[in-house]
Formats: sequence, structure tokens, C-alpha cells
Amino acid sequence: MRWLRQTTAVIALNLRTVPARLSSSAVAIIGIAGVVVVFVSVLSIAAGFGAAMQSSGSPGRALVMRSGADTEMTSGLAGDDIDVIKQAPGIRRGNSGPMASAELYVIIDVPKRSTPDAAANVPMRGIEPAGVPVRDEVSMVEGRMFRFGTTEVIVGRAASGQFMNMRVGDEIVSGQNRWQVVGVFEADGGVAETEIWTDVRTLQGAYRRGNTYQSVLVQLDSADSFDTFRDSLTSNPQVNVAIRRESEYYAAQSVAMTRLIRGIGFGIAALMGIGAVFGAILTMYTAVATRAREIATLRALGFNTTAVLVSVLAESLALGAIGGAIGGIAAYLGFHGYQTSTMNFQTFSQVAFAFQVTPELLAMGLFYALAMGLIGGLLPAIRAARLPISSALREL
Amino acid sequence: MKFLPLIWKNVWRRKFRTTFTLLSIFVAFLLFGLLMTIRAAFSLGVEIAGLDRLILIHKVSLIMPLPYSYLGRLQTTPGVELATHQTWFNGIYQEPANFFANIAVEPEKFLKIYPEFRVPPDQVNAWLADRQGAIVGRDLAQRFGWKVGDRIPLIGTIWQPKQGQVWDFNLRGIYDADEGIDKTQFFFRYDYLDENRAEGEGLVGWYVVKIADPSQAVALSRTFDEMFANSSAETKTTTEKGFIEGFAKQIGDIGAIMIAISSVVLFMFGLVAASTMAQSVRERTSELAVLKTLGFSGATILALVLAESLAIVIVGGGLGLAVAWLFVQQGDPTGGLLPIFSLPPRDVVLGVALMLAMGLLAGAAPALGAMRLRITDALRRA
Repeated sequence: MRWLRQTTAVIALNLRTVPARLSSSAVAIIGIAGVVVVFVSVLSIAAGFGAAMQSSGSPGRALVMRSGADTEMTSGLAGDDIDVIKQAPGIRRGNSGPMASAELYVIIDVPKRSTPDAAANVPMRGIEPAGVPVRDEVSMVEGRMFRFGTTEVIVGRAASGQFMNMRVGDEIVSGQNRWQVVGVFEADGGVAETEIWTDVRTLQGAYRRGNTYQSVLVQLDSADSFDTFRDSLTSNPQVNVAIRRESEYYAAQSVAMTRLIRGIGFGIAALMGIGAVFGAILTMYTAVATRAREIATLRALGFNTTAVLVSVLAESLALGAIGGAIGGIAAYLGFHGYQTSTMNFQTFSQVAFAFQVTPELLAMGLFYALAMGLIGGLLPAIRAARLPISSALREL
Repeated sequence: MKFLPLIWKNVWRRKFRTTFTLLSIFVAFLLFGLLMTIRAAFSLGVEIAGLDRLILIHKVSLIMPLPYSYLGRLQTTPGVELATHQTWFNGIYQEPANFFANIAVEPEKFLKIYPEFRVPPDQVNAWLADRQGAIVGRDLAQRFGWKVGDRIPLIGTIWQPKQGQVWDFNLRGIYDADEGIDKTQFFFRYDYLDENRAEGEGLVGWYVVKIADPSQAVALSRTFDEMFANSSAETKTTTEKGFIEGFAKQIGDIGAIMIAISSVVLFMFGLVAASTMAQSVRERTSELAVLKTLGFSGATILALVLAESLAIVIVGGGLGLAVAWLFVQQGDPTGGLLPIFSLPPRDVVLGVALMLAMGLLAGAAPALGAMRLRITDALRRA
């Protein structure tokens, strides 16, 4: 108990005197806060991108592409293949036939609002009438659905915000094609929200694809019918296709990108953290040096070395906590929900997403800040505890 | 010069503090070097892109093919030195994670239009003699341990062969190039692709046109686009530089993010240096007063303190930048995601300038204080 009382007394004394050493403490706090801002905000990019990709697919849907194609962009299916695929068992059947949509996935050059002078590869999808009911998360938020057989289009909510000429009533001019925007849809924040949708037959004409498609998206009877569906098609010699669950298809596309961003984020944060620890060591070293007499007096009065050691560590942890909190709040206020778009290298097309400063990231940032404070305080704390009483007092 | 020993003594006055300040500055400039490397990697080599090369793509989108027949019309347009075409193949080597660019080209014209890719003459001849031949960049060959003569199968994705799914290539040459140029690409012959693909005969991806006079780039671009207007495949022509810039912009402003992080880093560690200098000068107030009493002018004192601060920043920062450079020489650590991985000389110069600025700024306030020090006050305080 005595030990505890001593320790708390010294800690309180320490922390009360921090304002007197404000400028040197500020160096450590700013350093740690800087690391946490960079760490949390870079990882929030990966979190946002990953979330957009992962909320894109449903395990209850399957995506059929030509065998060998790794993305819809490089796949190709003939009109005859489509009929065979739609007959396969395992597909849910609605009132108007199988819940399956044969689709085209192409790119259309449209400038980003943020860089109006440069065209961006915006993904454009041709769907069949079943295309919307198959995706149960899709709903219109503005305007109306396009009419099949026309050049009307609907655009995803993110696309509408990120690219030019994508409000309801606008016309997208692309070469000799003209597309009228009649509605805006949302899809649970998934990548579909970056896409433009139109009638697949109109798109076949506009992109000179004849009667060919690139993929078929089907709603399965249940998530368990996947194997039945896949096996019946892969064993059918009439078609040469590969079948993936939609969720797995999108998750695989986000792997390389999120890994790269996380790698860069962790790498930068680790190096910055080492630097911030050095900064904290300097600060605490100065704190111990300026309070050498005080510490020596306490020791002379009978306070034990552990109390002194713990008090220095506590001060340094407090600096870490303050830095971590400032950094976390700054990252949240500055970047959470920031809308942007980048290129998905698998399909060379744009994906819009929002930075996500998640609670986990904030916790990681704070934990990291405390770790930096603790490590930074260690050496100076040992130094303080070892301070020879007599010579420190003599410095008076 | 005669003050060097004095500056040296002052720098090492508190070994512990100087060591950690040096380490902080070291980390700051190590990070600066790496961040600028990442920035350059995401700008995709736009700095060295040719201004005398134009790229013609389909107006609707890059993924739409163009007819082979445009070649003749481009080649005969006045002001055109050489026209050729390329086609994105997107073949997969073993598995999708092994991604690298593989492109069908016209070998002779390709090598003429891109003189920056250096291939030994005997390897060029071997490539011209073998329809299934291909050349790859040095970095790519290293990544997969390929040697000239190896047989490399690529799985077709966009373009399927008439039979099966696999296209076989013979490695006939390995190209090298200066730093900052992508050495991870795989080039093979268009005639091999065109004769053996199941569909799409006579289609090419895009055209590359070398023009005689770069100042004519805008005018010629317009000429080309008007030439093919109202045809089934309208075109959009840009300089190669503009094309790459546009592509880089699509990734997002990685450059701005890297500059923002660098600024945070330099500010953070600049503060560390400034606080160290302030303390160091504060501790020596009486010493400085003695120097003044001995007849050192205010300007000399100012210079002494600034020199001390500069010395710490330049030694720490210089080492940091040097280590960053050494690290970058090891090549892309991501295994192919960042093909252009080098620290641009421009950024090294910028780094040195930043060191000077940081050293001066960190030392400025304490140095001015020291210069203005009044001997009587200072000695009394001590």
C-alpha cells in the first residue's frame, strides 16, 4: 500500500508539472499524433476500398464467365452459351423464368469531376430485365429505371457523384453514342454504385459485340445449390465456362490493392513510429534532466526507485495517450467518409469508395501511440531511477 | 574553418541527446526518400514519357479495338516519322497473381520507336527470325528466373488461340533500360497473335505514332481524330505523356498523399531538431556570454549555432537519404506491383534543399537569441 501511495503521489506531482515543460512535451505529443494520423488515415483507405469490394458480392449468387477469363472484362460468351447456362439446375426461377441476367461489362471514358481534363475508365454494364431483381440490394434513389430497348441509362450513386454528366437529365456523349441518364441507384455501397447500367442489347450494338455477352449473373435457389449449379455446367461439353460465387469474385479483386495499401501504411507508420519514439525519448530525457533535483529530493525523502521509474513511464504514457487521441480525432475528422475513386487494376475500371476510419483502426492507433509512449519513456525512466542522489542534489 | 573543432565539441556536448536527434532526422529523410519513390512509382514514369510520340485510342474507351487498316493512313500523313500499333494481350503466366504487362507489337518498328529499350543485336535478329519469339525486361526475367531460349506459356484471356487456351512463346531477348523505365514488360509479335487467334483478326489495341516535330503534336492529333471522325471507330489522340498522366490520374492522387505524409514527417522531426537546438543553446547561455566577452561578434555566434544545427540535420538526413537510395536499389519489394521503382534524382536534390532549410529553421530562433544575448544579463543569470 505504501508503495502504491508513493507511486501515485509521484505520478500526480509529475503530471501536474507537465505544463511547465510544455514545449518539450509538445514535441513528443505532436510526433506521436503525426504518426497516428498517418497510420489511421492510410489504413482507412484500405478499409474503405476493401469494404466497397466486399459488400459487392452475395454468396447466394453465382457468376458465370468463360473458362480462363479472370475478370468479366476479358470474358466472352456466345448467345448460344447463354441459353444453356440459363437451363442449368440450381437457378432460382421467378414468375418470368430463371433469375439470371446475361451481361456485358465495358468501359466508357468519362472525365472525373476532380480532374475534368482527363478521361476516367468508368465501368458500364449491359443487363437483361432480370438484372435488377437478381440483385436484391439494388434500389432506385432518384429518377426511374431505364426502359429496355432505348439508350437510357441509370447510374450508381457513387458514379453520379464522382464523374461528369451523371445527374438525372444529363446526357453522356461517347463517340457516336448518346446515353440519357434517367435514374440513380444504390447497391449497399458496393462497386455497382460506380457503374452505369443500360439494356444489354443496346450496349451490344454500341460496342459492336454482336450477339455476345461476357457473364451471366444468377440467383441461386439457395447458397447451397452452388455446387449443383457449377457441376452441371462444368460437366456440360456444350459450354466452356468457369463459375464463381459472386462474393468470392469481388473479394479476390480487392486482395492485391488492399495488401499494397496496408503494406505501405504499416511500413510508413513503423518507420515514423521509430522516429516518434526517438522524439519521446528526447522529451522524457529532458524532463528527467530538468527535474533531476526534484527527483533526487524525493529519493532523499525516502521515495523508492520503483516509484520514480513508474512515474516517468506514466508521464510518457500520458503523452502517448494525448498524442494518440489527437491523432485519432484528427484522422476521423479529416478523412472519415472522404469520397474518392481509384482504378481497380483487375478490370482497369474505376471503383468509387469512401475512406473508413473504423473503431478498430482508432483502437489500433491509440494502442500504437501508447506503445510509442511506453518505449520512449523506458530509457529515461531507468536513468531517473539510477540518478545518484548526492550528485544530483549538488547540482543545486 | 578554424571553428570546426568548436562546433564539433558543441554538437557532441550531450551525446545522448545528439544521438537521438540524429536518429530522428535520419528516419525523417529515410521516409522522405521512400515516399518520393512511391510517388514516382505511381506517376508511372510520366517524367520520361516521350513528347514526340502520340497515342491513338478508340474514342469510346481504351478497351475498344481499332482496325489494322488505319496504319497505312497514319504512316502516309505528313509529319509522321513512324507509325505502329500495339495490342494488350493480358495473358496469365501460371496464375493471375503473377501479373505483368504482355503486349503484341510489330518488332522492328517497336524497337525503332522505343530506342530506350536496349536489346543486344543478336537477340534482335533472333526475335525477328522467330514468329513465336518474345522479349522481356530485365526485371521480369529476374523475377521468374527466365533465360534466353526458355519456352514461356501464357494462358489467353482476351484472345484465345484457335485451339486450347495456351499460347507458347520463346524467349529471344532481354531488354535493359535506364533507371526509371519499366523493365517488367513482355513484348511479342503481333503476326503470331493475329494468325492464331480464334476471333478478332485485323484488330489492334492502339496506335503509337512518332512525329518529326513535337511542337506539331496538338495539330497532328487533331488531324488524326478528324481523319477517322464519323467512321465506325473514332479515335482520341494524345501525347504519350498526356496518356500516361491521364492513366496515373485515374489511380487517384497518390502523389498528393505522399507529399502530405512527407510534410507531416518533416514537420514532426523538424520540431525535434528545433527543440534540441533550443535546449542546447539555453544550457550554454553563460558559455556564449563568455565567448562574447572574448570578442566573438554577434554574427560569429549566430553562424556557430546555425552551423551546429545544419551539421546535425545534414549528417542525419544525408545518411537517411543514402539508406533510402540503397533500399530502392534492391528493386520493387512488392513483386511486380510497382514496376517503376527508383528514387528520382530530382527528389534527391529536393531532399538536400529540405535538409538545409530544416537546419536553418531549427537553428534560427536559438541562433538569433544567442546573437542578441547581452553579456551582462547572461553572466548574471548564470
